[in-house]
Amino acid sequence: MSTSNTSPVDQNVFDPQAAAELREKRKAKIASSLSKRHRKEKTFRFAGFSAVIIGLAFVAILFGSILYKGLPAFWQASMTVPVYFDPSMIDAGPKPTQKVGESPAVFQERYVDWQTKMGMVDWDALIVNAIIAKDPALESRRDDLSSIYTSSEAYRIRDMVFKDPALIGKTVELNFLADANIDVWLAGHIDRSLPDEQQQLSPEVRQLSDDLAAKGIINRTFNTQMFTNPDSRSSPATAGLAGAFMGSLFMMLIVIAISIPLGVASAIYLEEFAPKNFITDIIEVNINNLAAVPSIVFGLLGAAIFIGWMHLPISAPLVGGLVLSLMTLPTVIITTRASLKAVPPSIRQAALGIGASRLQTVFHHVLPLALPGIMTGAIIGIAHALGETAPLLLIGMSAFVANIPVSPLDQSTALPVQVYLWQGNELRNFFEGRTAAAIIVLLALMVGLNSFAIWLRKKFEVRW
Amino acid sequence: MNLLLIGVLLALIAIAYQIGLRKSRSLAGKGNNTAILHSRPGYYGSLVALWCGIPAFLILIVWNLVEPSVLQHLILKNVPANIASSLDTAGVDVLVDRIKAIASGFGVTDTPAAYEVAAAEQLSKFERIGSSAKFAVVTCAAILGLIWARKRISQQFRARNEVEKTINVVLILCSGVAILTTVGIVMSMFSEAMHFFQFVSPIDFFFGTEWNPGFSTSGNAEGSYGLLPLLWGTLMVSGIALLVAVPLGLMIAIYLAEYASPRFRSWAKPTIEVLAGIPTIVYGVFAMMVIGPIFKSIGDSIGVEVNATSALTAGFAMGIMIIPFVSSLSDDIITQVPRALRDGSLGLGATKSETIRQVVLPAALPGITGAFLLAVSRAVGETMIVVLAAGNSPLLHINPLEAVSTVTVTIVKQLTGDTDFASPQALVAFALGLTLFTITLCLNIVALYIVRKYREQYE
Repeated sequence: MSTSNTSPVDQNVFDPQAAAELREKRKAKIASSLSKRHRKEKTFRFAGFSAVIIGLAFVAILFGSILYKGLPAFWQASMTVPVYFDPSMIDAGPKPTQKVGESPAVFQERYVDWQTKMGMVDWDALIVNAIIAKDPALESRRDDLSSIYTSSEAYRIRDMVFKDPALIGKTVELNFLADANIDVWLAGHIDRSLPDEQQQLSPEVRQLSDDLAAKGIINRTFNTQMFTNPDSRSSPATAGLAGAFMGSLFMMLIVIAISIPLGVASAIYLEEFAPKNFITDIIEVNINNLAAVPSIVFGLLGAAIFIGWMHLPISAPLVGGLVLSLMTLPTVIITTRASLKAVPPSIRQAALGIGASRLQTVFHHVLPLALPGIMTGAIIGIAHALGETAPLLLIGMSAFVANIPVSPLDQSTALPVQVYLWQGNELRNFFEGRTAAAIIVLLALMVGLNSFAIWLRKKFEVRW
Repeated sequence: MNLLLIGVLLALIAIAYQIGLRKSRSLAGKGNNTAILHSRPGYYGSLVALWCGIPAFLILIVWNLVEPSVLQHLILKNVPANIASSLDTAGVDVLVDRIKAIASGFGVTDTPAAYEVAAAEQLSKFERIGSSAKFAVVTCAAILGLIWARKRISQQFRARNEVEKTINVVLILCSGVAILTTVGIVMSMFSEAMHFFQFVSPIDFFFGTEWNPGFSTSGNAEGSYGLLPLLWGTLMVSGIALLVAVPLGLMIAIYLAEYASPRFRSWAKPTIEVLAGIPTIVYGVFAMMVIGPIFKSIGDSIGVEVNATSALTAGFAMGIMIIPFVSSLSDDIITQVPRALRDGSLGLGATKSETIRQVVLPAALPGITGAFLLAVSRAVGETMIVVLAAGNSPLLHINPLEAVSTVTVTIVKQLTGDTDFASPQALVAFALGLTLFTITLCLNIVALYIVRKYREQYE
């Protein structure tokens, strides 16, 4: 054996003994390195597998923790009691009607007077009486009872009488939400052993709420007010998502009305008609870049142009919808172009061959075939816009709004912005669950939209 | 009024379509021989409808834009000069509202002055004249357009070409909106940033190491506006995010593309991609409620002080968000590497992992770099996670366990407080936005160039 790099064939000729030895050695070497290489292979494979498992675990932890925190918040401490609308306590006189010859301005003033008088009625006493009617033994704890239910419930029964004065003199079973702090106390979200000065409630009220819960007057019920009420500051227990939901709905309608027609039209032009030249190249690069511009930049655009320059109303879903439309536009254009591209050229050639014009080819043949893909892309774009928060903060949609907006020009928030506002609320113990509950609603809407998109694709997709 | 007018116009357009259709059909003669016409009857109908609708709607839009300022002018002309000159702008607005209330018949609660009543009478007269004039002009325009277009219809008339030309113009205008958006972004941010640079010199802004803008109530530019602490915070958070996302995302892509059985892949890939569809505000809340406290308790148990809101918390949450972004882009690129390269390497006796590491990954490297750059641009522009979880303290330090502030957080903070829009404290947001836009634009252009070039290589 002279040098190690002579071939085994040569060595066979010279010295079969040594050659066999060498072969054995080499085999052993390969065998030992082989096990090492296989081990490496296994480690690598295992690393890949663990990465996938970690990724899946993140999904599970994310959803699990949100559901764990948010689901219980849909159930809230409340009590159902018989309210007697006592005529001797509600003494504001009959509802005024417009007299003949009276100007609307004067009538409005008189009506407001009546409303003020109605507002002076001691509505709280009605609720307290109703609770006592459930258990007469509570008469002695009257003062504490008025801090059991959340403060806006008095306004709710006042508004009921505004709407329907015929209620006076009747008894109605009504459900009242307990105060947010009572809910926190009864749900155990606050440490019960904390000293008095760190508790939100006085010892008497804590004792009273425990008693009421033990007697079954207060119990946890599914809180429907969360879906029917707007946000509330003075009475956090009744804070709901209806205002934010309507704001989001208006914005999504605007996004649908603006970004889908515009996006589909420009995609059709770029994909089917545009000549290949410098200008269309610029448009193309520009759209790809626009799709990757951070969303907050669109918020700055909205603040400078729609609010600063065009003086559109601040905090309005109209402006939010416009900003989100511009943000969604590139996504719609890109997905539409992709699905137009997926329609095979033979379709176009066939249509052109029997004498259709280019426009007829596109609108009669290509577009209907590309429609499922376009719809899927559009829905995913809308779902994305629904969850967007940052640009909305810059156009003032993070303001506190206590009304449900009835038009796109009213002040409003949006679902993701409501999440942002609630997570920052000082009443942490109560709003942590509520924030997670709002996230669940938001995610449920997004999952719904996305599964609709997947269903559309599965149902109508054509494979060429 | 406007709604009624629009309704009338829509009805006219529908009638115009029918008229065009009828005329062309009658031209086709008995037996409905449409072949002798240049275009199909529907196109004649559409053309008449277009001529009826477009000019009328344009007039209506212009009229509505001009009308309010003309009416305001008319009202003020009727107010005695000595009173008008004594009012400031807010007073004028109140007066105009009062006169409008009287004119509409709603009335005011006190007794209106004589000149107010006179002005209101004038106003309601003008409003009546104005609205009937608008009605007349717009419907006349629609009917004239209709008649003119109908007159042009003949057997040789090229209706289809004209309709298609119009549609083509509309399509071109639509694709111009995307360009307009970019122009709008650049122009608006540039002009507002220029306002800002009148208060603070660009050198102080771009190279300043202290961020402390003060409050806008003072109305001037006291305080310091150094960009560097914010840029550093952005880099730190994005760096942590990429440290989490790139190794995990890449390994996920490799496993799913090379090892996983089709069945496993078919559910694991979409499940991980769910992470990309979750709104960023959810990650922010998740970071604040779950990740932060976990890091804090880990830190406590090993005796290191960790802030619940810190660069680490925000970066980690952002990393989770970017995982699917990295993994699906890399997956696409890895599966694009030609089969022949793999077969060659496997045929020489390399194991699968050796093939991946020494053949597939080097071949896919340019594309993966592109994906990496896109992920960086995503991380740099991310807002809600850092707003909630990074703690917002704009100081230059290198400890990732402490709170930081980023460019995006500062934009939100400067524009959402009670700031005056014209103060440097608010305007600085646009200078920051311009910086952010430039950074992400460069990253995107380079990344898209690399990805596109790479795609062509194997096609």
